[in-house]
Amino acid sequence: MLSLQIRGDNIIFASPTSFAGSDDPMLKHVHFNKVLLPVLLVAPQILITLVFFMWPAGQALYQSFLIEDAFGLSREFVWFENFQYLWHDEIYLQTFWRTAVFSALVAMLAMSIALILAGFAERVIKGAGAYRTLLIWPYAVAPVLAGALWVFMFNPTLGIFPFLLEKINIDWNHYLNGTQAMGLVVAAAAWKQIAYNFLFYLAAMQSIPKSVVEAAAIDGAGPLRRFWTITLPLVSPTTFFLLVINIVYAFFDTFGIIHAVTQGGPANATTILVYKVYSDGFVGLDLGGSAAQSVVLMFIVILMTVIQFRYVEKKVEY
Amino acid sequence: MVETRPFLTFVTHLVLILGVVMIALPIWITFVAASHDDIRMTQAPIPMLPGGFFWENFKRTLFGSGLAGNEITPVWRMLFNSLVMALAIAGGKIVISLLSAFAIVYFKFPFRMGFFWMIFLTLMLPVEVRILPTFEVVANLGLLNSYWGLSIPLIASATATFMFRQVFLTIPDEMLESARIDGAGPMRFFWDILIPLSRTNIAALFVILFIYGWNQYLWPLLITTDSDMTTIVVSIKQMLEAAEQSPQWNIIMMTAMLAMLPPIIVVIAMQKLFVQGLTETDK
Repeated sequence: MLSLQIRGDNIIFASPTSFAGSDDPMLKHVHFNKVLLPVLLVAPQILITLVFFMWPAGQALYQSFLIEDAFGLSREFVWFENFQYLWHDEIYLQTFWRTAVFSALVAMLAMSIALILAGFAERVIKGAGAYRTLLIWPYAVAPVLAGALWVFMFNPTLGIFPFLLEKINIDWNHYLNGTQAMGLVVAAAAWKQIAYNFLFYLAAMQSIPKSVVEAAAIDGAGPLRRFWTITLPLVSPTTFFLLVINIVYAFFDTFGIIHAVTQGGPANATTILVYKVYSDGFVGLDLGGSAAQSVVLMFIVILMTVIQFRYVEKKVEY
Repeated sequence: MVETRPFLTFVTHLVLILGVVMIALPIWITFVAASHDDIRMTQAPIPMLPGGFFWENFKRTLFGSGLAGNEITPVWRMLFNSLVMALAIAGGKIVISLLSAFAIVYFKFPFRMGFFWMIFLTLMLPVEVRILPTFEVVANLGLLNSYWGLSIPLIASATATFMFRQVFLTIPDEMLESARIDGAGPMRFFWDILIPLSRTNIAALFVILFIYGWNQYLWPLLITTDSDMTTIVVSIKQMLEAAEQSPQWNIIMMTAMLAMLPPIIVVIAMQKLFVQGLTETDK
């Protein structure tokens, strides 16, 4: 096998031995060997990465080792004191736990509803496209807008749901009741995410070979049984992938929902980690503490990304 | 369908219709609220059927000063800001990612993999975890309250770079060979062969990134202190705060509707590209 290498302006026919250059899976066998041009090509992306990603992340890391007063007049290098403080801070630990519960609830709710809807949508022959269109658009709604819609529906004095709930003797006021506030942000966050999960579940179900399902049907398995014993196991890679995506979503993309609906209240009942970084840093001006929290969040993102790339990539394929 | 079960078919449609209703209910309530006058919207329970003030509210919201008694920018201006930001973010991400993917796949140069991993790292640093220092950088560069500040810090993109890398890797080597033989240089090859070949991928990615850009919240909230530069999505929060004293839910819900309409139209009108973009970028 001959491979062709193009170097500058010369075309070189490389022998199979120099084929070794292709053990780099990301480089074309046939490529250019210039230096200045490719550096110029990656320059914009690298420049933005350095200025707006690397430098700020480095700053966050550095600041997390400092204690600074709110006016920036004095700062002191304290090593891991900010982290130790977080570790012993009852409020922070509660926030951590609350974020875990919040993410689990959002992921479970959004994924199970999407799974059920996709399971039924997969059966539909006529009108399948219409159902899909009508189910996917909340993906396009900004989190803060989703929050605004839900906070309006559940407005204690005007909203339609408190009015209906009153008839069954439930007094709704998410401005006072922490559990109700949590329920409301979970509902708004899950509502927005159903669309995404639905699309992936539907695609996964449609890729299950019809012959498998038909064989099971001939053997006398009813629709429900087939769903449990064929569909569910075969879409499990998608379930795992979606679980990671949904948790990342609940951790980071729900800031707008919480900011619009509860502002973390009442009494911190809906303050999740991302919201706390914001409120401690921008509102409370505790720079070192906020930076330390940012660093903890960074490690969580790194962990999630590693899980996603190491396990999900391989498992999603059948 | 494997077998005919009329009852199950009935249940299927019932469940799906219930699902659609559940998903659409918040939008219906928004639409209804946006079509009533100020007074009706202060009386509980709020109406469930549309009223006759839709166009009046529409004009008041779009060209007026939004909420009465609040000195805020007219909504059309904020829609324009959102549009500029969304287009700049989507366009910028696509351009710089195309260029870096081209460099990484088609050139052999020093620190190639170093650059690649640096781009990869941006995946692990969402705005939310580095808000304060990024804000400081943008403030020091004098980019607060500008379209540059709204878009540039958000346009580095590992996912877009990966996607284009994937696309380029599937393009057969013979393409470059024959282009070379015909005497085309690298940039000529990029423009005349790579770009046309990845047209649908670019379009699909554009749909996703437009929605991403339009829906940005935390970043514009932090860096736009001048109300003329506020985006429509951010303004909703300010309106909700004002609503605590004097609720004008018809205007707020009209603004919310205007804010979500453009990305929803994009999703529905370009559904195929949207689905393609979603599945390509996240896997």
